[in-house]
Amino acid sequence: MLNVKMPRLKAADSPFDPILSAASSVILGKEHEIRLALACLLGGGHLLIEDLPGVGKTTLAHTLARLLGLKFSRIQFTSDLLPADITGVSIYDRNQADFRFLPGPIFSQLILADEINRATPKTQSALLEAMEEGQVTVEGETRPLPDPFFVIATQNPSHQIGTFPLPESQLDRFLMRIELGYPARNAERALLAAGSRREAADTLTALIDAAEIPGLQQQVAAVYASDAILDYVYALIQGTRHTGEFRHGLSPRAGLGLLAAARAWAWLAGRDRVLPDDVQAIFPFVARHRLIASHSGALPRAEDIDAFLRSIAIP
Amino acid sequence: MKFRNSSPPLAYGDFPWVFAGALATTLPHAGHQPLWVTAMAASLFLWAFLRWQKQAAPPVRWLLVALVVAVCGAVLLQYRTLFGRDAGVALLVLFSALKLLELKTRRDAVAAVTLGYFLLLTHYFDAQGIPTAIGLLVAATLLTATLIRIHGGPLLKPLPTLRFAAVLMVQAVPFMLVLYLLFPRISGPLWGLPQDAHAGRSGLSDQMAPGSIANLAMSGEIAFRVRFPGRPPERNRLYWRGPVLDSYDGKNWRALPPMGGAPQLTFRSPALAYESTVEPHGRRWLLALDAPGALPSNFGLSSTLTATIREPLIQRQRFSLSAHLEYAFNVEEDQRVRERNLQLPARTNPQARALAESWRQALPDPAQRIDKALALFANGGFAYTLTPPLLGEQPMDDFLFSTKRGFCEHFASAFVFLMRASGIPARVVTGYQGGELNPVDKFLVVRQSDAHAWAEVWLAEKGWVRVDPTAVVSPERIGEGITAALPEGEPLPAAIQLRSDWLRDVRFRWEAMNNAWNQYVLGYNTERQRDLLSRMGFPDADWRNLAALLAAACATLFILVAAWAVLQRPRRDPVQRLWDIALHRLRRSGVNSAPWETPNHLLNRVEAELPQWAPAFTEVVSAYLDARYGPGPADLNRLRAAVARLPRWRTL
Repeated sequence: MLNVKMPRLKAADSPFDPILSAASSVILGKEHEIRLALACLLGGGHLLIEDLPGVGKTTLAHTLARLLGLKFSRIQFTSDLLPADITGVSIYDRNQADFRFLPGPIFSQLILADEINRATPKTQSALLEAMEEGQVTVEGETRPLPDPFFVIATQNPSHQIGTFPLPESQLDRFLMRIELGYPARNAERALLAAGSRREAADTLTALIDAAEIPGLQQQVAAVYASDAILDYVYALIQGTRHTGEFRHGLSPRAGLGLLAAARAWAWLAGRDRVLPDDVQAIFPFVARHRLIASHSGALPRAEDIDAFLRSIAIP
Repeated sequence: MKFRNSSPPLAYGDFPWVFAGALATTLPHAGHQPLWVTAMAASLFLWAFLRWQKQAAPPVRWLLVALVVAVCGAVLLQYRTLFGRDAGVALLVLFSALKLLELKTRRDAVAAVTLGYFLLLTHYFDAQGIPTAIGLLVAATLLTATLIRIHGGPLLKPLPTLRFAAVLMVQAVPFMLVLYLLFPRISGPLWGLPQDAHAGRSGLSDQMAPGSIANLAMSGEIAFRVRFPGRPPERNRLYWRGPVLDSYDGKNWRALPPMGGAPQLTFRSPALAYESTVEPHGRRWLLALDAPGALPSNFGLSSTLTATIREPLIQRQRFSLSAHLEYAFNVEEDQRVRERNLQLPARTNPQARALAESWRQALPDPAQRIDKALALFANGGFAYTLTPPLLGEQPMDDFLFSTKRGFCEHFASAFVFLMRASGIPARVVTGYQGGELNPVDKFLVVRQSDAHAWAEVWLAEKGWVRVDPTAVVSPERIGEGITAALPEGEPLPAAIQLRSDWLRDVRFRWEAMNNAWNQYVLGYNTERQRDLLSRMGFPDADWRNLAALLAAACATLFILVAAWAVLQRPRRDPVQRLWDIALHRLRRSGVNSAPWETPNHLLNRVEAELPQWAPAFTEVVSAYLDARYGPGPADLNRLRAAVARLPRWRTL
């Protein structure tokens, strides 16, 4: 990995430090992933977690919702889930002699879309459209989603039977994709000693008010990215388009995502400017799921992304 | 991550480049090495390719070691040594294939490419022509492109990478020219080619069996090229003398050991100077035009007028010679030589003997007997062909009285037989006759298909006189060449049997190009170098002067290139320049930075590898990050001051 030791990059305490440490006390040994998830939220994007069942995907979503004071709902995606199950339906109210809209679970601030690849593409796209637009149109009426609105979708590795893997065009809508992986030895020992973490998550209290989050997101968007950083991001995007290592390069949306994520990463370190280290730190998580390796036709390996980063000079 | 100890892994997409490079450098050897080497290398290549395709790990170490041992053992078995030319090349080829098998990191790839560059040179063992040179240039470009590719280079698609490599190759041309022209030449083959390197080459030999020259005539290979200052003489006067055969055993003609003193020549026409470039034939004769004029001291002239050199000709060589087309040769001949040239095996060919005996009795003047014999060939129903019928136990009788179809060697030997039987000293002369003028470069090209045999008879007061019975049977052979002389449908090598004009033209151009290559590139020897230098105003350059000149020329070139590079350099902004200075100082102290490395990453390494610099460098990084990535105007003074505090040299 190219990463630099965190203390070196840290300029000041950030308001999220307590959240980070609280979350780390629940989800053991996954500080980096938690930080990425927070950066994703602050960058105004949505998060895709891909991993085997039972490694703590749901716990992570729960924990973040609790700590950030977000209204949380969980949608378990199944093959018979319908779009209306997500967005809500209008029902006839006899007392008022009119149709009344019953909002679906999507009208929450943090949605955990669990095992999104189990649902049919139609249902998947209902969620993804909502993510993109920030609003839902049901029966001709457009209803705005709450702000902040943050989706954490989880996906089991898609070679399991009866799944509909997300197509590339939809993967592009997730700002980041992370894998949790098995806990490290010490963390797993601690986990075995302490028992399931789900209850621990339930005992957490909010450390900030959800209403503050849009303001924080604006702060993040104001983190300074110099011309040199813009050049670097541009060089990276161009690089993915011209190496031949990948089937096709990153989209302009991905470029904006890189910048947003790098800003959030810098902000989390208490800095007012983006450094190349920030770009390198978030690049694998923003770029990897949007690329297809030319040689295998599948997701590039983490080493390929690493090698790619090493092949692009910092301007 | 550590960089000093571990090389970065090779990207998946880089493998095909390394493969292609290795293939380009080893494949041309396939034709020259034992079959098992080719087969083994091919299977190793295939294995490596499959491994790459399946993205499998390299074979385990012990297996690799076992393979290396096996390869060395096999080479040792085949060549009885691991060193030397052929064994070395086989070993390099196999190691190159083995290296692909364990390709994993960039360092492995660099090793494979380096091996490839080395293998390139070895191709000159086998051929030094234009196709080889072009092939090697292409391979070198490919290897260079591979190097660019594996180092991330311009990180582009294959075509731009190749273009980049090609540009580098073109930029190297001035240096190549300077080195080629000025590097002290070593006389003799550079790689100590073994004596037998050209043993297989075709050419005349010192004996003639039925069919030997006809076989030679099937080859379109070039024997030598001649350049006359003016117009070349008429075709029918171009007799290039090779070995003279004076002993006949009933089947074969052989050259006997020389007898008698130096030849006595009286020239009746002015000297005709020419320059001849002779292809290696492994013999000592020069194939000079009859009769050779004054020869340089290191050449010899045998008693039978064959011009020779001291050492067998195993390399293409150029000679400056002269000839007198009109001459008298050994008007006074040694009695023993005359007798030797009357010898015939006893009790053979009774019919021919009887015929000759009848001439001797009827015609007292030897000249009349010669005319009689030529008239026999002209009017006796003889035909010129490359595919004569086989002759039996009495070959002369068979030929003269029944088959009557033959090639120049048949006519020459039958004529000489008749002459000897009728009491005139006679012998067979072999060599080449004629040649083809290449209109492109005005060189006269003499091929193996121009090989010829004619006769020489000794007449009192005239000496040895050339008589060519073939000219009587087939005047076209002497006047126009073998293609015209042979009837349509006779087999001849495609190279000389070109009847279409444009194909002929293409061949002339190609041969002219080859000739120019031989003359000016391969033939650039010590003499030519001295010649060139004295024309450039450096007379009498010995190797010391040469070395000095070479150094001076390289330095000039280098300065020019450097000046150009400096002028071309884009103006960098001051922050970047100061940072570059800092990086430069770090590099001097042994910490190299990679282009992708962030300043903080570098700082981590400095702390680990050069801790005494860490405080000063921390300030540099901090100032640089502020200036380059921070909002607001760059604080150049702070950065400059920080950089100035970095030690200039390695501190211990």
